Amino acid sequence: MSEHIVSVKVYFAIFLALLVGTVLTAWVAFFDFPGPLNAIVALTIACIKAALVILYFMHMRYSSRLIWVVFGAALFWLAIMFALTFSDYSTRSWLPVF
Amino acid sequence: MEEFKVPPPSKINYLNAEYGLKSWLLTRDHKRIALLYLGSISFFFMIGGIYAMLIRLELLTPHGQLLTSTTYNKVFTQHGIIMVFFFLIPSIPATLGNFLVPLMIGAKDLAFPRINLLSWYIYMLGGIVTIYALLAGGVDTGWTFYVPFSTTFSNSYVVATGLGIFISGFSSILTGLNFIVTIHTMRAPGMTWFRMPLFIWAHYATSLIMILGTPVIAITILLLAFERLAHVGIFDPALGGDPILFQHLFWFYSHPAVYIMVLPGMGVVSELIANFSRKNVFGYKFVAFSSLAIAIFGFLVWGHHLFVASQSVYAGMIFSFLSFAVAIPSAVKVFNWSATLYKGSISYETPMLYGLGFIGLFTIGGMTGLFLAALAVDVHLSDTYFVIAHFHYIMVGGTLLAYLGGLHYWWPKITGRMYPEGWGRFSALVVFIGFNLTFLPQFVLGYMGMPRRYHYYPEEFQVLHVLSTAGASILGVGLLIPAIYLLWSMRYGPIAPANPWHLPGLEWRTQSPPPTENFEQTPVVTWEAYEFAPIDEMEVVGRYGESKAEV
Amino acid sequence: MAESYATEHEVSHPGLQHHFENMDQQREASALGMWVFLVTEIMFFGGMFLAYTLYRWKYPESFEVASNHLDIWLGAVNTVVLICSSFTMALTVYCTQIGRQQLQILFLVLTMIFGVTFLGIKAVEYKQKYDDNLIPGRLIPGHPFNPSVQEEGKPADKHKLHLIPGATVRNVELFYWIYFAMTGMHALHMIIGLGIMLVLLFFSVRGRYGPEYHNPIEISGLYWHFVDIVWIFLFPLLYLLGRHIGHG
Ligand SMILES: [Cu+2]
Repeated sequence: MSEHIVSVKVYFAIFLALLVGTVLTAWVAFFDFPGPLNAIVALTIACIKAALVILYFMHMRYSSRLIWVVFGAALFWLAIMFALTFSDYSTRSWLPVF
Repeated sequence: MEEFKVPPPSKINYLNAEYGLKSWLLTRDHKRIALLYLGSISFFFMIGGIYAMLIRLELLTPHGQLLTSTTYNKVFTQHGIIMVFFFLIPSIPATLGNFLVPLMIGAKDLAFPRINLLSWYIYMLGGIVTIYALLAGGVDTGWTFYVPFSTTFSNSYVVATGLGIFISGFSSILTGLNFIVTIHTMRAPGMTWFRMPLFIWAHYATSLIMILGTPVIAITILLLAFERLAHVGIFDPALGGDPILFQHLFWFYSHPAVYIMVLPGMGVVSELIANFSRKNVFGYKFVAFSSLAIAIFGFLVWGHHLFVASQSVYAGMIFSFLSFAVAIPSAVKVFNWSATLYKGSISYETPMLYGLGFIGLFTIGGMTGLFLAALAVDVHLSDTYFVIAHFHYIMVGGTLLAYLGGLHYWWPKITGRMYPEGWGRFSALVVFIGFNLTFLPQFVLGYMGMPRRYHYYPEEFQVLHVLSTAGASILGVGLLIPAIYLLWSMRYGPIAPANPWHLPGLEWRTQSPPPTENFEQTPVVTWEAYEFAPIDEMEVVGRYGESKAEV
Repeated sequence: MAESYATEHEVSHPGLQHHFENMDQQREASALGMWVFLVTEIMFFGGMFLAYTLYRWKYPESFEVASNHLDIWLGAVNTVVLICSSFTMALTVYCTQIGRQQLQILFLVLTMIFGVTFLGIKAVEYKQKYDDNLIPGRLIPGHPFNPSVQEEGKPADKHKLHLIPGATVRNVELFYWIYFAMTGMHALHMIIGLGIMLVLLFFSVRGRYGPEYHNPIEISGLYWHFVDIVWIFLFPLLYLLGRHIGHG
C-alpha cells in the first residue's frame, strides 16, 4: 500500500470551496424559502462541505475500500437510529386503522 | 517454604517471561491483559452474585421480611448494573477474546497493545467509581435508569453510578476497536476470512456492536447526569423534554448489548461443537454470516422494550416484525450446530457439556423472546417475571455457560495445566440443574402475573419462589466448585500438552502456555478451519509440533 | 492486505513496533483504527443530533426564535477560522509527507493558533449568553435561565427574546441546553485535539516525523478534520435555521 500524496493545489482549491460554501450558506439563510426548503438548502451545503473535507483533507478519495465501508457503516447506523426513532414520533398522532 | 512439586515448564512462556507486580501492571501482552481482566471480572461477578443471593433470599417469603423496600430496590438495581456492565459485557471478549483473537489468527499481539492495557485501566476505574457509588448509598432506579425517576425523583447515587458506567463504556469501545483493526490487518499469511475460526467471526460482529452502540449509551448517560445535576431538560416532560427519547436512546444500545453478551458465547459454542464432534461446522459460511446478520438486525428491534411505554402502535408493529426477523440468524446457528453434531464423533468432556447446555438453554431463551416480541402477548407479560426468566436464559444459560465452557476448553492453553475432568463434568451438571430450577418457575410466575421489582407478592406464589431460591442455591454451589478447582489446578493440575484436545486450530500449534510473541515464527496457514481429517499433513509450526504425533 | 507482508523484511525503522511485520501494516492499522474511532464519535454526536432533530421538529417556532438570538457573525467567523485550521492541518500532513520539517512545524503551530482563536471566540459567545441570562437550568448555580422578552411597541433590543406566536420561553430554554451541550462537547473535542497537537509539536521539533514515519500526524489530522466537520453541521443547524424570520 503506497501512500498517495495530495498536491497543494488540490488542498487550496478545497479550502476556497469551503470558504465559498460558508459565505453562501450564511447568505441564503436570510431568505425565507417556502416550507422546509431553508433547512434543506442549509443541510445540502453542509453535506457538500463535509464531503469535500472527508474526500480530500481526510484522503478518503485515495483510501482503500475498507475505509469507505467503515465510514459508510457509521452513516448507515446513524440512519437506522433516526429512521426507527422517528417511525415512533411521526406516527403517534395517526388514528387507528383497524 | 513449600517444595516446588511440579517441574517448571521446559520453556519460557508468557507467564514466566517476567516476574513481579510491575511486569503485570505495565504489560502490553494481550495474554496477560486477558488474565488481568479475568481476575477483575471474577471479582465483579462475585459481587453481582451476592446481590443475586440477596434477591432470592428476600423472595423466599411473600412479605419481604429481610430487606426494606428501599434496600430491595437498590439490591436488584445493583445486581443488574454489576452483572450487565461489569461482568456480562466484558466477560468473554475481554478475557477469552483478548487471549485468543491474536492466537487464532496467527498474530503476535493485538494491533494496539497499549490501548488494550488502557482499556483494562479504564474498566477498573469505571468499576471503582461504581463500587464507590454502591458503598456511598447505592442506586435504586433499576439498571435501566428510566427518566424522570432517575433525573428528578430518585434520592440515590444516580450520577456516580452513571459515571462508572460511562467510563467503563470506553473500555468496551477500545476493545472492539482493537479487535476490528487486528482482524483486518494482522491475520497471518494464508489466514483468509473464510479460514478464520467462527470464534473470530463472532468477535468481529461483537466488536461492531461495541463501537456502534456504546457511544450512544455514553452520550445518553451524560445527558441524564447533566439533567439531574443542572435541571436542564432533554428528557424531563416538565421542562419540555420527552421521556420516551431516553428509552429510545437507551435501548438503541441496550438491546444490541444483549448481542454483545451472547455473540461471543455463540463463537465459543461454535468452537466447542465443532471440535468435540471432530467435524467442520455444518454450513460454516452461514454461521459466520449469521453473526454479522445478528449484529446488524440487532440494531433494528429496540422498540420491543417500548410496547407499553406509549410508543406509537405503528412503530410497535415495525419493531415487532423486526424482532421476529432477528430470530432467523439465531435459529440458523442453533440448527447448524445441531446438524454439526449429526454423525460426529462426539466426546463429552466438560467444555462440550457446557456447549450442549448452551444450545438447549439459549433455544428456550430465544423462543420465549418471541412471546415478548408479539405485541399483544407483551401487554400481558411486560415487566413480569416472564421477562426476567427470558433474559436470564439468554444471559446465564447462554453467556455464562459459554463462558465457563470456553474457560475450561482453553484453560490448558491459558495456564499450561489441566483442570480435573471429573469435577468439571460434575459441576457442569450441577450448574445446569441449578439454573433450570431457578428460572423455569419464574416463567410460570410471570405468566401468572408476578411483576418484576416487587418483593411483596400473594402467598400462592410462594411455592414457586421457594423452588427458584432452592435452584439458585444449587447454582451457587455449582459455580463455587469450578472456582475452587480451577484455582487449585493453576498450581497442582497436571501439565498440559500443547494440544490436549488434538485440534487443528492455530492456538493449539504453539506451546502451552504460549510464549510472549505467541509463535516462534509467523505461521503460514494452508488449511481450512476445522479441517480434521488430514491432520498429519498439516504444517505444524513451533517447537511443540510433536503433539501432532499423539493424534 | 494480509497476504502482502508475508515475506518481505524491510530495514527496521525505529518507529516500527515489534508486533507489526512492517511499516505498511503499521500505517494501515493506525489509519483504520482512527477511522473506527471516528465511527464511535459519529454515533456519540449522533445521539445529540437526534435529540436536536426531535425537538426542532416538535417546537419549530421556539427553535427559530432561540436560533435567531445567537450571534451569526461570531458563528460565521468561527466557521472560517475552523476551516483555516483544517487547511493548515492538511498542509502539516503534506509537509511531513514530503519531508519539509520547518514548514511542518510552522503549519502545526498555525493550526493550533486557529484552534485557540476558535475557542476564544466561543468563550466570548458564551459570555454574551451569560449576560443575557440564557444559561439553561442550573448549569451555573445562582444564575438561572431568565431572559427578558421583547414587548410589543418598545424599541427593539438585541438582548431580548423576540417571541413569535407558538414559541415559548420553556422551549427556548430547551434549545439553549441543546446548544450548550453540542457546542460544549465540540469545544471539549477541540481542547483534546489541541492537547494532542502539543505532543505532536514536541516530537516534531525533535524531528521524529518524516516521509517514512508520520502515522501520529496523519491520524491526528483525521481527528481534527472530524471535529471541523461536526462544526460544519452545527453552524447551520444552530445559527442559521431561524435567520429568515428577521430581527436579530
Ligand atoms: Cu431487546
